[in-house]
Amino acid sequence: MNWWEVLVQQTINGLTRGAVFALIALGYTMVYGIIELINFAHGDVFMLGLFVSLAWFSLLGVTRTLTGWQLVTLLPLVFLLTMLTTAALNVAIDRLAYRPLRRSPRLAPLITAIGVSFMLENLALLWKGPAPIAYPDVFPSVDILREWFGVDSAIFLTTKDVLVVVATIPLMIGLTYFVRRTRWGKAMRATAQDRETAQAMGIDVERTILVTFLVGGALAGAAGLIQGMYYNIGMWWMGYQAGLRAFTAAVLGGIGSMGGAALGGLVIGFLSAWSDQYISARWTNAIVFSILILVLVFRPRGLLGEPTSDKA
Amino acid sequence: MLQLADVHTYYGNIRALRGVSLSVERGEIVTLIGANGAGKTTTLKTILGTVRPRRGTVTFDGRRVDTLGTDRIVRLGIAQSPEGRRIFPRMSVLENLELGAFARPDRDGITADLERVFTLFPRLRERVAQKGGTLSGGEQQMLAIGRALMARPALLLLDEPSMGLSPILVETIFRIVQDINRQGTTILLVEQNARMALRVAHRGYVIQTGRIVLHDAAGELLRSDLVRKTYLGEK
Repeated sequence: MNWWEVLVQQTINGLTRGAVFALIALGYTMVYGIIELINFAHGDVFMLGLFVSLAWFSLLGVTRTLTGWQLVTLLPLVFLLTMLTTAALNVAIDRLAYRPLRRSPRLAPLITAIGVSFMLENLALLWKGPAPIAYPDVFPSVDILREWFGVDSAIFLTTKDVLVVVATIPLMIGLTYFVRRTRWGKAMRATAQDRETAQAMGIDVERTILVTFLVGGALAGAAGLIQGMYYNIGMWWMGYQAGLRAFTAAVLGGIGSMGGAALGGLVIGFLSAWSDQYISARWTNAIVFSILILVLVFRPRGLLGEPTSDKA
Repeated sequence: MLQLADVHTYYGNIRALRGVSLSVERGEIVTLIGANGAGKTTTLKTILGTVRPRRGTVTFDGRRVDTLGTDRIVRLGIAQSPEGRRIFPRMSVLENLELGAFARPDRDGITADLERVFTLFPRLRERVAQKGGTLSGGEQQMLAIGRALMARPALLLLDEPSMGLSPILVETIFRIVQDINRQGTTILLVEQNARMALRVAHRGYVIQTGRIVLHDAAGELLRSDLVRKTYLGEK
């Protein structure tokens, strides 16, 4: 591999990682935007998304690589089922754990979120045991450059890389449409900007919060499914690491800003992939957090965040 | 249409309202005047359910509303242009207006009412795609009133619509308040600018430290000693 092939390869890696971070980061930023809670359990909803998607594949009898028509029927079906499951899970978490604390000081739901995170991790531990679980190779992996284009290159670009991007883009477009154009999307933005006034518009704030958890949970589930198909492995503790990176992405982009979460996810994806290659994987967390600190020192609102004074 | 009976509202241990009773009949403009901190805004907040009365009742169209959530009360036909305007800063003028119509059951009337708001406030039409946070104070006031009108409320609560506006704009706003009323909307108007408020209102209440101290036809209040001395600055 020469230098530019390495760079392209790591950039592809960065893009696929970043897409998953972005999907998770959106859930952090949406919930923060609306109830000002850092939902520490969100990374674990992503982890359970992977586990749940595996269960759906098993229930549907999928244990091997999908072919032909199965890719356009079974795969979208599992996306849908997984997203519905994690959406319901996320709403249940809010109803049971956070909603009773809605009028408490902010620290109470925050600590509760950490507790919920532990509970979800232990749930996965009980369910699948402590060892990493193998995720079947359901999505066909084709070496695109060599097999389709006959190019003999050291760059390894597979159909799985394409899957990550092709699955993420419609989710992002759908989310943007939802938030910009639909009734509940507008209710979400209004509630995030000024809850009391939103209520005075006749918006049912509790129902809006429910919709927010629903959407955030669905995106985390999609991310879990994508992660499983891409890496073919799942661990009960993976939500912690992914959640931390995604949370960093949300803060980097500007917490509360959806465009910021998507951008932050990609930036963290690229940075971590390049750092793994050019510096050392051991230094990647240090690099990622140093960048975060630098951004917050010079631009406290994050890359795309709104200045905090406009609520007055 | 709206009755408050012996309403006591507290912020923690601070008594903001100490037994407020007032009523608004259909088709009226009623004004509530008083000094800063007398309890004017608290009265409106209590009607809308943002704060709860500890004692007393609020009745709207014969129905007790003081136990309902704010969004439910709004759906019964009360809309508010709040103190400080409270425009959604990162949404466009159009989106702000659309949110005003959020709770309406009749989707069809919305376009017509949007046109009505733009006719009342041509400035808003010019600024339709601009973000709420970038408007001037006067434009934000127009938007706040327009947004409340988009709910096509039976009862419109106006909290200090003249605050921070130039004298010419104040005249315009009060003329529009009268227009809105003639078009069939009942109005409860809270104002520090007592002279303007009493000029457009049919009846008025004077509130001091959480109590209604005077209540009469607007013209009578303009002539009363208390109002002239305390709120109009006359000797």
